[in-house]
Amino acid sequence: MFRVASDQLNSRVPDGPLQQKWDKHRFNMKLVNPANKRKYSVIVVGTGLAGGSAAASLGELGYNVKAFCFQDSPRRAHSIAAQGGINAAKNYPNDGDSIYRLFYDTLKGGDYRAREANVYRLAQVANNIIDQCVAQGVPFAREYGGALANRSFGGAQLSRTFYCRGQTGQQLLLGAYQALMRQVSTGKVKMYGRREMVELVVIDGVARGIVVRNLSNGQLEVHTADAVVLCTGGYGNVYYLSTNAKGCNVTAAWRCHRRGAYFANPCYTQIHPTCIPVSGDYQSKLTLMSESLRNDGRVWVPKSKGDKRAPGQIPDDERDYYLERRYPSFGNLAPRDISSRAAKERCDAGFGVGDSGLAVYLDFRDAIKRDGEDAVRKRYGNLFHMYEKITAENPYQTPMRIYPAVHYTMGGLWVDYNLMSNLPGLYVLGEANFSDHGANRLGASALMQGLSDGYFVIPYTIGDYLASSKFEKVAEDHPACVAAKKDAEDRISKLLNIRGRRSVDSFHRELGLLMWDKCGMARNKAGLEDAIPKIRDLREQFWKDVRVLGSGESLNQSLEKAGRVADFMEFAELLAVDALHREESCGGHFREEHQTDDGEAKRNDDQFSYVSGWEFQGAGNEPVLHKEPLIFENVKPSTRSYK
Amino acid sequence: MSSETLNLTLRVWRQPGPNTQGAFKEYRLNGVNTHMSFLEMLDVLNEQLIADGQEPVAFDHDCREGICGMCSLMINGQAHGPDKGTTTCQLHMRRFQNGQVITIEPWRAAAFPVVRDLVVDRSAFDRIIASGGYVSVNTGNAPDGNCIPVPGARQEVAMDAAACIGCGACVAACKNASAMLFVSAKVSQLAVLPQGHPERTSRVLGMVAQMDKEGFGSCTNTSECEAACPAEVSVAHIARLNREYLKAVAFADR
Repeated sequence: MFRVASDQLNSRVPDGPLQQKWDKHRFNMKLVNPANKRKYSVIVVGTGLAGGSAAASLGELGYNVKAFCFQDSPRRAHSIAAQGGINAAKNYPNDGDSIYRLFYDTLKGGDYRAREANVYRLAQVANNIIDQCVAQGVPFAREYGGALANRSFGGAQLSRTFYCRGQTGQQLLLGAYQALMRQVSTGKVKMYGRREMVELVVIDGVARGIVVRNLSNGQLEVHTADAVVLCTGGYGNVYYLSTNAKGCNVTAAWRCHRRGAYFANPCYTQIHPTCIPVSGDYQSKLTLMSESLRNDGRVWVPKSKGDKRAPGQIPDDERDYYLERRYPSFGNLAPRDISSRAAKERCDAGFGVGDSGLAVYLDFRDAIKRDGEDAVRKRYGNLFHMYEKITAENPYQTPMRIYPAVHYTMGGLWVDYNLMSNLPGLYVLGEANFSDHGANRLGASALMQGLSDGYFVIPYTIGDYLASSKFEKVAEDHPACVAAKKDAEDRISKLLNIRGRRSVDSFHRELGLLMWDKCGMARNKAGLEDAIPKIRDLREQFWKDVRVLGSGESLNQSLEKAGRVADFMEFAELLAVDALHREESCGGHFREEHQTDDGEAKRNDDQFSYVSGWEFQGAGNEPVLHKEPLIFENVKPSTRSYK
Repeated sequence: MSSETLNLTLRVWRQPGPNTQGAFKEYRLNGVNTHMSFLEMLDVLNEQLIADGQEPVAFDHDCREGICGMCSLMINGQAHGPDKGTTTCQLHMRRFQNGQVITIEPWRAAAFPVVRDLVVDRSAFDRIIASGGYVSVNTGNAPDGNCIPVPGARQEVAMDAAACIGCGACVAACKNASAMLFVSAKVSQLAVLPQGHPERTSRVLGMVAQMDKEGFGSCTNTSECEAACPAEVSVAHIARLNREYLKAVAFADR
C-alpha cells in the first residue's frame, strides 16, 4: 500500500519559548533591502483570502508579483462565501480572552494534530488582522457607540468573533481584493484572471515557475519567477457534493505534488452536520445552515423504518430524538463530528426522511410553542428565509430537513514553519496547506488563517528565502519550462482525444459518491480496502471513456472540468490510503474500529502523533510516507470530552 | 416534499467566440424537476447536449449560493430572472411553468464583451476598482481597530453598500448600460466610513473617469439597476456618488 521513509520531516520550528518563537525568528531571518526587492519576482496562484492578501502585501513591499486566478475576477474566490466570522483574541468584551487561550482552543479543537508553534503564531497575529481590515474599510459590525462588536461561536466559551452580518468572508475578501487592485494600479502586481495553473516548473529541485492555461482562449503560458506561492484552497470537491464552490479543485496542489511536494494529512476532512440535503440526482452543490440552529431545534427521525407520514402527524412517542437519546448531556448540541455521524447512522439504518431518505428533521415546534414564533424569527429569521428559498417549505410550520455535508479540508500540501513546502521556493498558504487546524477546524478560524498567512507570515518568510538564495534568471524557453508546457499540452490533447461516451460530470459524481460512502464521515478498514481498487478502476474508465467535446483553443468548460476531475481521480486514492493507514480516530477522521464504548473518537497518540507527508511515486504506485513527529512542549494532549 | 416536472423550450444564445456572430438556438428539455436551481437545469441541458455529441452551453458560475457574483444571465429579459434579490444560482425551477419558453442571454453591454455563449468579460469592473476603490493602507500600517469609533448606524449604511457582489446585473438591466450602481456602492461605502475620507476626492474622480473610459453609459435615474440587483443595493448610493462627485469637482484642491 505504501512505504515509510526513514527520514523525518523537519518543521524548522525555531527554538525558545513558545511566546518568543515568532519574534525571535523574525529577528533571525534575513532581510531584502528595499532597493533590492524590485529585483525579485514572485508568482501567487489563487486570490482568496490567502492569495489576495499575500499578493497585495508582497506588492506593497516592492516585489514584482504576478497573481493568477481561474475566475474572471480575483474578487470571486470561494473565501467570499464564508459567513460566520473571524476570530481574534482582542479581548474587547473583557471576558477573559488571551492569545494563549485562542491558541489553546484552536490546538485542542484540532484534536492535537496541529503544530504548536504554528497555531501560537496564528493566535498572535490574529489581532493585527482585525486592525488591518478595519483600516481597509471592512464594515465590521459595531455597537451603537462605535466600538467593534463581537459574538460567540461554536466551541468557545467567550466572544471573540468579529463579523460583518452573515457575509464576513465577502467583506474580508473584498478588503484584500481592493488592496490587491491598488497594487495592480501601481504596476507592482500584474493580475491574470481566467488562468488555471496546470503545471509547476521545477529546476534542480527548486520551484521556479508555473504553466497556466488561459481559459478564455485555451493558450498555455509559461510564467517564471524566483518563488511560487500557492493559495489554491481545499479539495472538498473530491466528494463532488460539498459546500465548496463548483470551481474549487485540487489541481494546482496536485500538480505540485506530482512534481515532488509532499501532501500532508489528506484524510482530515470536515463534515458539517447541518446542511440542506440532496434533493435529486441533478444536485450540484450543498448549502450550509448555521450550526446555531441546534440551540433551539430538536433533531429526530421516525421510530419506524420508512414512515412516510408528514412529520406533524407523527406523535411524540413515535419519534426518535436520537441525539438526546444517545448523548443525554449534550443532546442536540453534541459536537459537529458526533452529530454528523449520528445522522448518517440513522439514515443508513433506513430511518431517514424526505424523498431520498437521506435527511433528518430539525424541528422548531417546541421552541415556537415555548417562546413564540416571533422570538424564533428574531433569532434565526434570515436562515429560515434562506431555507425556504431553496426548499419552498416553511420551517415555522414543518421541520427543516438537514443532512451533513463536506465543508472544509484540514489536510493540504506539507509546509514548514515558514510555510514553505519541501520543494524550495514553493510556498503554500491558507486552506491549501495543512498546518494550523490539525484534524478539525474550529468555526471562524479559516478566515483567520488565510489572512494571517498572507498578510503577516509570507511577507517575512519569503524575504529570508530570497535573501539567502542565488537566482539565475529562468527564460520561458528553459528546457524545464518547455517540458512542463509539453506535459500540459499532452494531457489536454489526451483528454480531447478519448472521445468516449460518458460526461466528465458523470465520472465526478460517481467518484464523489464512492468517496462519500467509503471515506466520508465514518471510515473502516474493509470499506477503504474496497474503495481503493474501485477508485483505480474508475480512473481507468475515465481515461478510456470520458467525452470532452470541443477544442483546446477556446473557452471549454468541459475540458477545464476534465482536467480537475482527472486530478481528483488520483488524489482520491491518496486520501483513502492516508485514511487507511491512520489507525486511530481524531477530529474529522473517524475510523469505526477506533472508538470508545460510547462512540467517541479514540486517538492513538503513541503511534500516530505525527503529520503524514506523502511523496508521489507515479499514479497507481505506492506512495512514500514521510513523518513529522508532533511535539507538544506546552499543552499536554488529552481526550476531548463532551460529557 | 413532492416534486413536479416541467417540459421546457429553451432559447439559448450561442456564440462560439468573441469575434464571431451569435444566434439563438432552441432546445427542448423535458422532465425538469421543479426543485432544481436554474443552473442545475442548465447542467441537465448540457448533459443532454454532450450525450447528443453537441458542445455544451458555456455559462459562468461558481459558489452557487448567491455571493460570489460569478453567475449572470438575462432570463426572459430580466437580469438574474424574475425573483427579487436573487441571483440566477438561487433561482429555482418551481418559478416556471410547464410548457414555458425561456429565453436565456448573456449580459448585453459594450463594456462586457461576450467571451463565449453566455460568458462575458467583466474585467472593466476590476479596472474601475483599481482606479480608486480602496483605502491606501499598507499591511502593517493599521492602528488598533477600535481607535476610530464608527457609529453603528453609519456602519450599517456602509455595509448595505458593501454588499454588492460585482455581478454586473445593474449594467445589464440598464437601458444605457450604466455602471453607476456598481461604482456608487464602493464610493458610498468608503465615503461613509472614516477610513475612506483621506482619499474621498481622488477616489470618486478616478473611478468615474475609469467608468466612462470603459464605455459604460450614463445614468438617467430609471432605477432598473436597483430592481435587478441581487444584493438589493439602493439607488440612494447613486445620489451619494453624485454628491461626492460634485464636491470633488467643485471644491477639490487641484
